[in-house]
Amino acid sequence: MSREQKAVERARKAFFTGRSKSLEYRITQLKNLQRFMQERQKEIAEALKKDLKRSEFGTSLYETLGVESEINLALKKLKEWAAPRPVNKSIMTISDQVYIQPEPLGVVLVIGAWNYPWAVTVGPLVGAIAAGNAAVIKPSEVSSHTSKVMEEFLPLYLDKELYPVVTGGVKETQELLKQRFDHIFYTGNGMVGKIIMEAAAKHLTPTTLELGGKSPCYIDKNCDLTIACRRIAWGKYSNCGQTCIAPDYILCDPSMQDRVIEEIKKNIKEFYTENPLKCPDYGRIINQRHFKRLMSLMEGSSIAVSGEHNEAECYIAPTVLRDVKPDAKVMQEEIFGPLLPIVTVNSVDEAIKFINQREKPLALYIFSSDKKLIDRMIAETSSGGVMANDCLMHFSVSSLPFGGVGDSGMGRYHGQHGFDNLSHMRGVLLKQLKMEAVNKMRYPPHTADKLGWARFFMVRHVDFGSLGRMAMLALLVVFAAVIIQRYFTD
Amino acid sequence: MSREQLAVQQARKAFLTGRSKPLDYRIKQLKNLNRFIKERAADITNALRKDLHKSANSTQLFEILGLEGEINLAVSKLAEWAAPRPVNKNLLTLSDDVFLQPEPLGVVLIIGAWNYPIAVTLQPLVGAIAAGNAVVVKPSEVSSHTASVMELMSLYLDSEMYQVVTGGVPETQELLKQRFDHIFYTGNSTVGKLVMEAAARHLTPVTLELGGKSPCYIDKNCDIRIACRRITWGKYLNCGQTCIAPDYILCESSIQDRVIDEIQKCIKEFYTTDPKAFEDYGRIINQRHYKRIMALLEGSTVAIGGDSDESVCYIAPTVLRDVTPASKVMQEEIFGPILPIVTVNGLKEAIEFINDREKPLALYVFSSSKKVIKQMVSETSSGALLANDCMVHFTLSDLPFGGVGYSGTGRYHGKYSFDQVSHLRSCLIKKLNMEAVNQMRYPPHTTEKLRWARVLLLKQINVTRWRQMAQVAVLAALAAFVVKRFLR
Repeated sequence: MSREQKAVERARKAFFTGRSKSLEYRITQLKNLQRFMQERQKEIAEALKKDLKRSEFGTSLYETLGVESEINLALKKLKEWAAPRPVNKSIMTISDQVYIQPEPLGVVLVIGAWNYPWAVTVGPLVGAIAAGNAAVIKPSEVSSHTSKVMEEFLPLYLDKELYPVVTGGVKETQELLKQRFDHIFYTGNGMVGKIIMEAAAKHLTPTTLELGGKSPCYIDKNCDLTIACRRIAWGKYSNCGQTCIAPDYILCDPSMQDRVIEEIKKNIKEFYTENPLKCPDYGRIINQRHFKRLMSLMEGSSIAVSGEHNEAECYIAPTVLRDVKPDAKVMQEEIFGPLLPIVTVNSVDEAIKFINQREKPLALYIFSSDKKLIDRMIAETSSGGVMANDCLMHFSVSSLPFGGVGDSGMGRYHGQHGFDNLSHMRGVLLKQLKMEAVNKMRYPPHTADKLGWARFFMVRHVDFGSLGRMAMLALLVVFAAVIIQRYFTD
Repeated sequence: MSREQLAVQQARKAFLTGRSKPLDYRIKQLKNLNRFIKERAADITNALRKDLHKSANSTQLFEILGLEGEINLAVSKLAEWAAPRPVNKNLLTLSDDVFLQPEPLGVVLIIGAWNYPIAVTLQPLVGAIAAGNAVVVKPSEVSSHTASVMELMSLYLDSEMYQVVTGGVPETQELLKQRFDHIFYTGNSTVGKLVMEAAARHLTPVTLELGGKSPCYIDKNCDIRIACRRITWGKYLNCGQTCIAPDYILCESSIQDRVIDEIQKCIKEFYTTDPKAFEDYGRIINQRHYKRIMALLEGSTVAIGGDSDESVCYIAPTVLRDVTPASKVMQEEIFGPILPIVTVNGLKEAIEFINDREKPLALYVFSSSKKVIKQMVSETSSGALLANDCMVHFTLSDLPFGGVGYSGTGRYHGKYSFDQVSHLRSCLIKKLNMEAVNQMRYPPHTTEKLRWARVLLLKQINVTRWRQMAQVAVLAALAAFVVKRFLR
């Protein structure tokens, strides 16, 4: 039996003991995870520095703070999320109990990515634990130092049978994918996403695929360019552009291009100094393979800002490309690096057309002071999420489900969505063995008369929810009136 | 270009015109769908009689009424379902617009089944239309007469936007090569895997409404007469060809005889002493399934029924007793009018039995004991659980209908149908001001900035709760004012 098979079997066995069912147990595990994030800050930061040259502040700001926030939310809300959820009744079920019961699925596989290894590996894990599942965690081997930290330290804090960490590369992942899971949560690219879904299909396993794509960033003529470019520069060059929701490329009117370039240049200098190579807050490309990939993307395009690089350090300076053509190399794939192409378009219509000719992106960014324009862009395009006048921040709003559509992915997480996504929402209807007379209308022999009754009960829709609320409101007003009359008047 | 490819292309072209976006259009199409089932009632009834020996009233009761209910619900609720859905904010987004915008996915493929062809093919269609998608409908070729009638939908609906493609396995395979934005399949898990594999090639999300063996546990402590009435109805409806039919019974041996007795009485009451001649008793869909079901009887003891007639695909309402777990009838979903009784020594053994098997689409428990029911709920899993009745959860549009594990993925009915084939797009609309707040996130990163980030990110504000409390306060003040002025 392979190591991977063993890990999955052990996790399933542990799940079947039923110990992850109790909320106390899940809360203990989540608190342990919280302790891990707090106590091992140093190890986490060191590993990220080696993997991505992330500064310690960067680690906190972009990774651990988010995960901490998710754990806090889960701890606070778990009871509410896991409780039976009442459902509107119909005339037919007025005396019955009707609700939706959240249940664990079983054994979840979480395959992490390398760019924000904690956010995208431990983030989903929070939802998996909260929902009462066992989870096999497969960190990305590309962020190898972080992977080691996960392998070494997570088992010291979490139930190591229920939440095993399985490290390895392609081979080990393929072996894992042969096993049967109850949900597979994958973060990465579309090519591997297809392979994962195909493997999942063999066991009818549902999947969440957090993929990527080219997230367009449209800058309207009508907007404060200084602020817009500041936010875009930040969104683009954080983590050296290796963010699934980084603004991939800019669309703007040709008359604005020079000003945009100026502003971005100013912000690059302000954020990362004259020499980003020496700046502790500027990262590195994850490895040489991606470095080479990015360098070749620049071919054929005009460099407007910087363009320096250093292969030995996997360093590429924050770069802006101008007058980029739709068929340029850099426009053929998700960049995932610090190259910001500007493609000029002559109108909003053209921008919308350009966006819609391509796959639905994970994020769409619109910079404009014109609300009507923003509304129009939202109405005439589609994307995983859309953000106006800023970048990346929707990731941190836990009430907003985070996920893609079409080639950018399926499923979602963050906050309660993480819990729900990895739960089974079981419909429950509890009737009693009485009032049998009512059932007559459904039993054979089926007559026109019985049919008439059935029609009455089933086709009419009475909203008990709002009727109930109105009744309550009326009652409240009457009650208040009575109290006031009695005690506050003479 | 194949016929299937053309249909999908036409649907996509129609979708890209944007005409399915306005709610008026969708409501019009839904009303047209309603007209279709009303005006073509005779055609539909005849087709179902030929396909499954369904009586006219059966068709109305078990196919049409539910569909009509779903259409009416969608029409009356569409504005609400399609509207932006506000979400809780955090401190950082207090002055922003934060909401979910429901959007159509694009082109949805609906592959129907043959057992309730109208209900399981057209109910998903209601959701797909309501959500603003284009749809390719592929009715099951097994219920061939109903498939032909469904082709008439093109006379009522926008025939480019909503294509009906009939055919068998090769046509379905050809369809599955095309790219869709969602595939909704109802059927069995073997084909379900193939559908999901094909969908994976285009990263297309799927809803798979599959099946399995839905267990039916009868507790000693219950009104066995009423329980058996409801079980009998649930089992033999449509000749047992219902995805959520109680597949087999689990009960203690001490009540087995009583159960058999009661079921026998009900069979007689519902289907007369000659079900074969009775209008409201159905037929097996075709000879292949007839042979399959008859073969399942091997090795088991018939307690009631067992007679059959291959020439008309008739199998009598049948009950098997003392069935062993290893017998043929317990190896696959029966999907026929055979009701095995497997005896167990109480609830614990029943739960073990259920958990040794794949998660079913439905789980039925008959008991007067709340404790028993509670235990069943908490120690098993299934698509849905119903206590003290069968199947009726299907008609509750507020309960999500779907499976888990091998019984399926995804859900529908009511608003769930709409949401299932929509993209709920996260929207965060900020303004280009208050730039000072953003300072904490820009490099150079400092401890001080980090401290601020911590405060602003880790605090959750429940804006909805505050709004509700404010509303109640205003209401109370209003009431006080009214009283003071008018009720003295």
